[in-house]
Amino acid sequence: MAGGSRPGRGSRRGHGETVTYSVGGGALRATGQLARSSEWRLARSSDGWDNSEAAVRLSEGAGLRGAMIRRVLPHGLGRGLLTRRPGTRRGGFSLDWDGKVSEIKKKIKSILPGTPCDLLPDTSHLPPEHSDVVIVGGGVLGLSVAYWLKKLENRQGGMRVLVVERDHTYSQASTGLSVGGICQQFSLPENIQLSLFSASFLRNINEYLAVTNAPPLDLQFNPSGYLLLASEKDAAAMESNVKVQKQEGAKVCLMSPDQLRNKFPWINTEGVALASYGMENEGWFDPWCLLHGLRQKLASMGVFFCQGEVTRFVTSSQHMLTTDDEMVTLKSIHEVHVKMDHSLEYQPVECAIVINAAGAWSAQIAALAGIGKGPPGTLQGTKLPVEPRKRYVYVWTSLGLPLCPRLCKPCPHLSLQEEEPDPANLEVDHDFFQEKVWPHLALRVPAFETLKVQTAWAGYYDYNTFDQNGVVGPHPLVVNMYFATGFSGHGLQQAPGVGRAVAEMILEGSFQTIDLSPFLFNRFYLGEKTQENNIM
Amino acid sequence: MAASWLSLRLVAPMWNGTRGIHRLGGAVVPEGNQKKERTMLQFLTDHFYDVEALRGYLLQREMCKVHLKNRSFTWLEEQHGPYSAGAFFILKQGGAVKFRDKEWIRPDKYGHFSPEFWNFREVPVEAVDASDCEINYEGLDNLLLLKELQSLSLQRCPHVDDWCLSRLYPLADSLQELSLAGCPRVSERGLACLHHLQNLRRLDISDLPAVSNPGLTQILVEEMLPNCQVVGVDWAEGLKLGPEEQPQDTASPVPA
Repeated sequence: MAGGSRPGRGSRRGHGETVTYSVGGGALRATGQLARSSEWRLARSSDGWDNSEAAVRLSEGAGLRGAMIRRVLPHGLGRGLLTRRPGTRRGGFSLDWDGKVSEIKKKIKSILPGTPCDLLPDTSHLPPEHSDVVIVGGGVLGLSVAYWLKKLENRQGGMRVLVVERDHTYSQASTGLSVGGICQQFSLPENIQLSLFSASFLRNINEYLAVTNAPPLDLQFNPSGYLLLASEKDAAAMESNVKVQKQEGAKVCLMSPDQLRNKFPWINTEGVALASYGMENEGWFDPWCLLHGLRQKLASMGVFFCQGEVTRFVTSSQHMLTTDDEMVTLKSIHEVHVKMDHSLEYQPVECAIVINAAGAWSAQIAALAGIGKGPPGTLQGTKLPVEPRKRYVYVWTSLGLPLCPRLCKPCPHLSLQEEEPDPANLEVDHDFFQEKVWPHLALRVPAFETLKVQTAWAGYYDYNTFDQNGVVGPHPLVVNMYFATGFSGHGLQQAPGVGRAVAEMILEGSFQTIDLSPFLFNRFYLGEKTQENNIM
Repeated sequence: MAASWLSLRLVAPMWNGTRGIHRLGGAVVPEGNQKKERTMLQFLTDHFYDVEALRGYLLQREMCKVHLKNRSFTWLEEQHGPYSAGAFFILKQGGAVKFRDKEWIRPDKYGHFSPEFWNFREVPVEAVDASDCEINYEGLDNLLLLKELQSLSLQRCPHVDDWCLSRLYPLADSLQELSLAGCPRVSERGLACLHHLQNLRRLDISDLPAVSNPGLTQILVEEMLPNCQVVGVDWAEGLKLGPEEQPQDTASPVPA
């Protein structure tokens, strides 16, 4: 109670000052202040106040207000601010003091900049929620499209590109398992042009893929040239092919059997009527180096990479009438579901354009978008005719042959149509080499009778069963899916050119530099084969 | 001059070859300083977009300069004939040219050369000394105009690489002497495509840093070009002496 417990009050009565103060301040006033004002109150009790009543009200009010304060302020903070006051430390808080302090410290640390914020769940492994272009497949074709999209875009940073690759070790990707050859000896002018452009890209790779601070790329290019041999009945075809190649600018020369024997005395020229030899821009290089260089450059250009599998496309349809009043359903993909490895977690990515560069598995991706779902014989029912075909590569050493060009069609391609190996796995069949390949080799080059196979591996071709040439460009019905696949063994050597063509198609609406209209998807429905005669 | 020195320093990590041959850059700055500056530059590039953009721009400018030097002189070829056009290209780069039965024409230290060769329309060029020139694949367009070239020296050219060597086959009929000493980008794969040059009598392949096994390469090249004298590498280089040839200075009979 006020009166008796405060002996010091008495001394103030003598001053007789008028004190103006406000009783009943806000709830947030510290208890100390209220105590002071109640002090003053009591000091004025001689001026005609009803002392005892006021005092009781005040002290009750003070007590109540104090209790309110303690309830209103959050426990920890209140305690934190009031730790200095000795009076409040005592008295019955049963909560765990040290635990509270460590929790406060953790919270403050997570709010401060520069430290990982643990308040939200970690989503760094997921792709972004929105992306302008989603490229399904991170092999050399997908990366090439991404590179040219970023290089040819109008504004720097104007387009967000996401590359989704299922396997970041590239263990089954055709790029890594490829032999890495580049050759211009094709029969189609478009193929020759693509190869020539790729040769110039590889030659100037340190200008195209220059990254500051990174060492220059060494492709280990071996400019040996390809040598194709033709028998009597194929000689005319070879001659016309070489004419087309020379017209497009490839440096190829024809050789008669005598010249061949002069140049390469270790070849058995029996049955050979004509040979064509590539003098320049042909040979083989290291595909891993190209892949690594592209990835590095893309990372520096701001392309997003994600390791995951595309499991679903969410499409929206539009019905339109053709000029003959037929109903056509045009679909457009507006969301891609990317599923993470070894978990059910997936991220829906909103996108404007999807590029199918999934190589040997492109048909599955196309089926997800509904390509091929329809009555056979119609445009809706035309599937993407790309399937994985297993091919072997054998590397051998033999004595007596210091330098030789890539001979006619290197081993895996000698048996084409008879039996295809089972593409379920990538195991190498060594008996295949012994029985099918070696006899032919030994016949052509007697020195190869004593050859020893050093190593062998197998890889997939994204084999186009229709005409063994690539599929490039948009699909007529799924309007925002673009293809860059189906190159059946020459994807690596045509990747830079194809990437640029697809990027031009997306950005400008048509092919600008190399016209790849014979490679559009429509030809599967129309039945027009763009056949390549020199398949390698 | 200061600006080009500055750009050389900033683009140093990319063009290691250039640093090597530019005697100012390589010899004067000691290794330790180079390494410290390089990491400082790398640190700045990693942390500041401006520095990265500036270095990228300077690198592109260097490459543009090289491309400009190697442009094709097709108009000159039409006007004055292939030999004069090719000679002009070499002289502009800083190399020397010798026409048949004439003296060597060299630019002086200011880069000026006598214009008398414009009159030599029909006189073929016999020898070209393109040492330390910045010739690259495109520039060979101009060099290959000289159809009857007999001697070519591409010593210490920083941009001559395997692709360029594969382009020398048109000179196979006439070329007798070729020197590639000190080219930083030539490797054994490029040397393999010299098999077209069957008339070659003298080939210099000394001091090629990109060739992994110089002795073995020398043997292979000698085998590839039987009529040619291959100079520059001692084939026993890198071979260790066998046990019976080791000097017997220890008393123990068993070799180490």
